[in-house]
Amino acid sequence: MPDLLLDIRGLETQFKTTNGTVHAVNGIALGLKEGETLGVVGESGCGKSVSMLSMLKLIPSPPGKVTAGQAFFSGQDLLKMSNEEIRHIRGSQISMIFQDPMTSFNPVLTIGRQVAEPLEVHMGMNREQATKRVIDLLDMVGISQAKERINDYPHQFSGGMRQRVMIAMALACMPQILIADEPTTALDVTIQAQIIDLVKRLRDELGMAIIWITHDLGIVAGLAKRVVVMYAGYFIEEASVKELYGNPQHPYTLGLLGSLPRMDSDQRNRLVSIDGLPPVLYETPEYCPFAPRCQYAIERCRQENPSLQVVAPDHRAACWVDPQTGRAR
Amino acid sequence: MGRYIIRRLIYIFVVVIFVSLITFGLMHAVPGGPFSREKALPKETIAILNARYHLDDPLWKQYTHYVYEVLVPHITTTPPTTSLMDDYLISVNLGPTWFRWMNFGPSYRSRSRTVNDIFRDNLPVSAQLGTMALVIAILIGMPLGIMAALKQNTIFDYLGMAISIFGVSVPAIVLGPILVWLFGVALQWFPVTGWGAKPPYLLGLLPTNFGWDYFKYAIMPSVALGLGSSAVIARLTRASLLQTVREDYIRTARAKGLTERMVILGHALKNSLIPVVTILGPLFAALVTGTFVTETIFGIPGMGRYFITSITNRDYPVIMGTILLYAVLLVFANLAVDIVYAYLDPRIRYD
Repeated sequence: MPDLLLDIRGLETQFKTTNGTVHAVNGIALGLKEGETLGVVGESGCGKSVSMLSMLKLIPSPPGKVTAGQAFFSGQDLLKMSNEEIRHIRGSQISMIFQDPMTSFNPVLTIGRQVAEPLEVHMGMNREQATKRVIDLLDMVGISQAKERINDYPHQFSGGMRQRVMIAMALACMPQILIADEPTTALDVTIQAQIIDLVKRLRDELGMAIIWITHDLGIVAGLAKRVVVMYAGYFIEEASVKELYGNPQHPYTLGLLGSLPRMDSDQRNRLVSIDGLPPVLYETPEYCPFAPRCQYAIERCRQENPSLQVVAPDHRAACWVDPQTGRAR
Repeated sequence: MGRYIIRRLIYIFVVVIFVSLITFGLMHAVPGGPFSREKALPKETIAILNARYHLDDPLWKQYTHYVYEVLVPHITTTPPTTSLMDDYLISVNLGPTWFRWMNFGPSYRSRSRTVNDIFRDNLPVSAQLGTMALVIAILIGMPLGIMAALKQNTIFDYLGMAISIFGVSVPAIVLGPILVWLFGVALQWFPVTGWGAKPPYLLGLLPTNFGWDYFKYAIMPSVALGLGSSAVIARLTRASLLQTVREDYIRTARAKGLTERMVILGHALKNSLIPVVTILGPLFAALVTGTFVTETIFGIPGMGRYFITSITNRDYPVIMGTILLYAVLLVFANLAVDIVYAYLDPRIRYD
């Protein structure tokens, strides 16, 4: 495929534990164009974060290990890079923001220092230049009185403010890709909306591509063009936002959408939830990993693991059954 | 912060009252007295001695007298005498009056000395030795722990932890003679016994002759005393650093593209030092006071032996003095630790 900014192929990540090898990411493939915003959704523990961390060699190793796959960024395979080479990519061309703004900052260093670090490391700025730039960056993400606040410590900021600082820190070197790992999950709803608006504004100003990891389908709808749904380390459905919401083709996606509260529904309806928990895979399954929780499951689902198939234009799903009709494809 | 420190200093008096009460009660409850001998002294002699040191008074009177002499500052017009009963640690001439404070009493055993003499002559030596031992413990222990943590489960880790196990399990009573034989007798690098500084001390504490003449006496005993503690520090540093590198903000630091060196030294180390600093306080107090074995092996005129011999001799004032010294040292050391906390972690503020 031409002009892909990021091209992940067959990425597999495993964790060695005392109970056996956990297959956390099982051969995912993903293409990201310049300036595109992609949503990755799924329940907790389905491999969303791990797949992104794997790509940047940020998973703790041991026990984690990327066992297969390639991740081409500007023509170079990130997974084949030495630690030193990938270090120059991290924070300068691909940045991450993390879920918990409470624990993601170093409590004993000032905010100014922490935001300045990528500037000094990647752009060779000295302290003075970096400090000036930090004030601009904090201004950009809406921290008032940035000049005074650079000497404050993380605990002196609220959660939302911290997440703003986190964004400033990630965007310091004008990366081409921003990976947002559930950045709004730990925030309350009004702050969530502010942060999303901020990211949208900065995306339009700076033009970076975004991979937005979340379990909130509502957030993705307002932000991304394209969505992939992840389950048990597999991509199980991939489509444009409109197509996915209008015509979900995987029972899991259907379940996720069904568990969203809707403004337009009858107030008496109770929220639907999907029974059970996602499985922890100790081996590559010979069946569909969602089958045990799936109301549409047929015999074939318990014998063969489906792969992503084109089910409609620009829409792929990994399911033996068409959930709209309840019949096998 | 200032108010906090003042509050903690006042708190020392409470500690002294409690510790002195318990110690006083215990030492009088134990059988035997300062003048019990295998070959009993004549009754008349004991009667005279008991009268001289007020040992015939009821216990509550003895105790209140002691606390009054130690804790309450005296302002008098009588000039100090040379009597052993009248030796104050702090004695300042304010024109016609004298400000005098902290009379810990005479030693019953060393007839010509007071507890304050011991503090003046022997405590500085122990303090110097203990401080150097602590410095050695930190200088060896922290790098060893950091190295072990960074190279976890490699030969460096195992080697570092093996050295640390060795340090803990070989006490000064074994290590001391080995050092004496190797570096004192065989190689003749250092003198085998003695101490390089004599009273009077600078500020009542520091040697006046900082130089080889001083340090050649200090190196071996400091190592013998400090090595065991360095092992404790190494283990703690390793465990704490391993814990810290699992924190989210370390992942953030890596995601920023910092070098491993910056991640560890800039982000992890300061956070991981807090538990290490915590034990440095009690460790310092223990190293300054618990030097009996080391001082005996190296023939050092410190005060370690008074902690032991005062108890076997029932030398009441020395028992009280040494125990109170230990308690006060401990409180001061912990106060220092708390102040260092506030420096290490900006979330900690006292008011």
